[in-house]
Amino acid sequence: MSDATSALVADLAPGQEKTAQARVAGAMRGFAQEIGALSAFRLESCIHCGICADACHFYIATEDPQYTPIWKVEPFKQAYKREASPFAPLYRLLGLKREVTADELVKWQHLLFDSCNMCGRCSLICPMGIDVAALIEQARHAMFDAGLAPKELYQKAAHQRATGQPEPSAEPYREQLLAIGKRFGVEIPLDKPEAAVMLCVPRTDIEHYPSAVAALARVMQHLGASCTFRSDALVAENYGYYAGGKSWQRDISMRLIEQALALKAKTLLVPECGHAYTALRWEAADLYGKPLPFEVRHVTEFLADELVAGRLKLARAATGKTTFHDPCQLVRKGGVNDAPRALMHAMGIELDELKNHGGFSFCCGGGGGVLDIERAAPLRYRTMENKLREIDDTGAGTFLTSCSDCRRTFDDAKSHFSWDKTPHSLLELVASQLSGTGSAP
Amino acid sequence: MDLLAFARGPALEAALVIFCVGVAWRIAGFALLRLRRDLNKPRTPIGKWITGGLMTVGSRSWPHPEFIPRTGAGEALGYSYHIGLFIVVGLFGPHIAFLGSLFGISWPGLPSGLITVISVLTLTLFLAVLFRRLTHPVLRMLSNFDDYFSWFVTALVLVTGLAATAHIGAPYQTLLAVHILSVDLLLVWFPCGKLMHAFYLVPSRAINGAHLARKGAIS
Repeated sequence: MSDATSALVADLAPGQEKTAQARVAGAMRGFAQEIGALSAFRLESCIHCGICADACHFYIATEDPQYTPIWKVEPFKQAYKREASPFAPLYRLLGLKREVTADELVKWQHLLFDSCNMCGRCSLICPMGIDVAALIEQARHAMFDAGLAPKELYQKAAHQRATGQPEPSAEPYREQLLAIGKRFGVEIPLDKPEAAVMLCVPRTDIEHYPSAVAALARVMQHLGASCTFRSDALVAENYGYYAGGKSWQRDISMRLIEQALALKAKTLLVPECGHAYTALRWEAADLYGKPLPFEVRHVTEFLADELVAGRLKLARAATGKTTFHDPCQLVRKGGVNDAPRALMHAMGIELDELKNHGGFSFCCGGGGGVLDIERAAPLRYRTMENKLREIDDTGAGTFLTSCSDCRRTFDDAKSHFSWDKTPHSLLELVASQLSGTGSAP
Repeated sequence: MDLLAFARGPALEAALVIFCVGVAWRIAGFALLRLRRDLNKPRTPIGKWITGGLMTVGSRSWPHPEFIPRTGAGEALGYSYHIGLFIVVGLFGPHIAFLGSLFGISWPGLPSGLITVISVLTLTLFLAVLFRRLTHPVLRMLSNFDDYFSWFVTALVLVTGLAATAHIGAPYQTLLAVHILSVDLLLVWFPCGKLMHAFYLVPSRAINGAHLARKGAIS
């Protein structure tokens, strides 16, 4: 094992210790378990054109070829060809594809976690139509099984799986939630036995943006919606998803699903959190094993529907020149294209769009758990420069987004670069512009 | 049996069998793996998945405007030599006659002088593509034996075809035999490497397009 590899292994969390052999076996097992017709077809279809590099902000910022998205799954592509492809026996017999080593897997940790936001921009550029981001997510599962998820993600996933919170807090989130209600003068609906809408909250909002938590409660109260938070399932984020731990992701999702089922909720409302939306809207049913008996909706979708139904009326917002960051998981990977803009339009906001917006928007740089990985910060900052430039180029004084992790990433950039913009929550803006009395949906 | 008779007789027949069996094996190799059902409720009705898939087959033929500044030149180069190949293979009189003998149909071709010009241009583009693969850091890193050998067998067909048409270096019968043998080699290699993308292109784009349309996302 090389010195660099040993150093990386030494930086893993307790619980991730494995022999080199066990790491390789775990990775191969993790990857092989998910090799179905679709992912095999994706791996077969790559023509090595390298065009996906030109969609990835890590490559664009550094021009370092190792950040080419399809290269990030190279060990797993090799493993597929050697172990499971139609010509696998020939590859093995003639020694055309060698076995993946633990050293390689350890090196790939940087490519699969530190330098990939799982933003899916690469999947939009591939001329063969390969969903590269889906392959990367699958490779993360294998890395988790190899005990090679970054320690920050592993530890938070483990803690969230065990307790419902990604990290210990001085006061449990339940108490913090109630305190936020008192502080902002809004009733926090909590632990009602039945409700049409089950609420949850990004832990980022509890810890950094309590005003966003209050905004959610205020809007729902204004609408007179039958809704509640549940003490046993408050957190929207899913660190199992970030870390690549599929069974952990399932356990964390099940906490929310079981509470929504107990409530007989018609809707599980995902707050301003992009990855929570992907995990719950587009992956949870697969992990649950059957279709969910309730809707999963992002808060902007829910509110846009209320607008259309005439139950939500918004006053004009004097935001001046305004721009908006489209969170990747909501827009590019989630299809929530129009709802945020419908809300802004209802407040009289004419957007000055970013050069790359909508489905083509660049990631904030913090997605996929990258914001949590300490050693990834220098590369993340380098990657963010292009995004910040795009925002500056609009000349907008007001900068909105609809994901609290994106907001946190931009706030972090604000202090790092002494950037003069402040990211604001679209939900908070909506909550400040409520007009009329609202009525129960 | 002379070389020409061998090339277009048993060698071609064997190559065609390997081609057909190999392509079928390669496709069956992944198509027979399990296909998991997506249990997450779709945002759009099935009709939109189908139209989304079909539209993506066309739309991915050229990059979205947002990507053109970075990828337009590379993609134009790639498509240019594919178009050149298509013209040379499909619109040259002797090729039409050969394909007609296999499939029993015929279509009008282009004058052979024009085909020669297009062949030379296509070969030039082939060299440019190879130069780019050898010098572009991303392409160099991604490339393996398959990339270079697939390039070689395809370029070989072009070169031997040009030599046969121009009667350069050997008697015509020999040049034609070598050209047909190079086609045999290409047919044998086809299912082994990346040339299979000719079969994968349409379904791969369609699947991604349908998947994204299911979510209501752009593709």
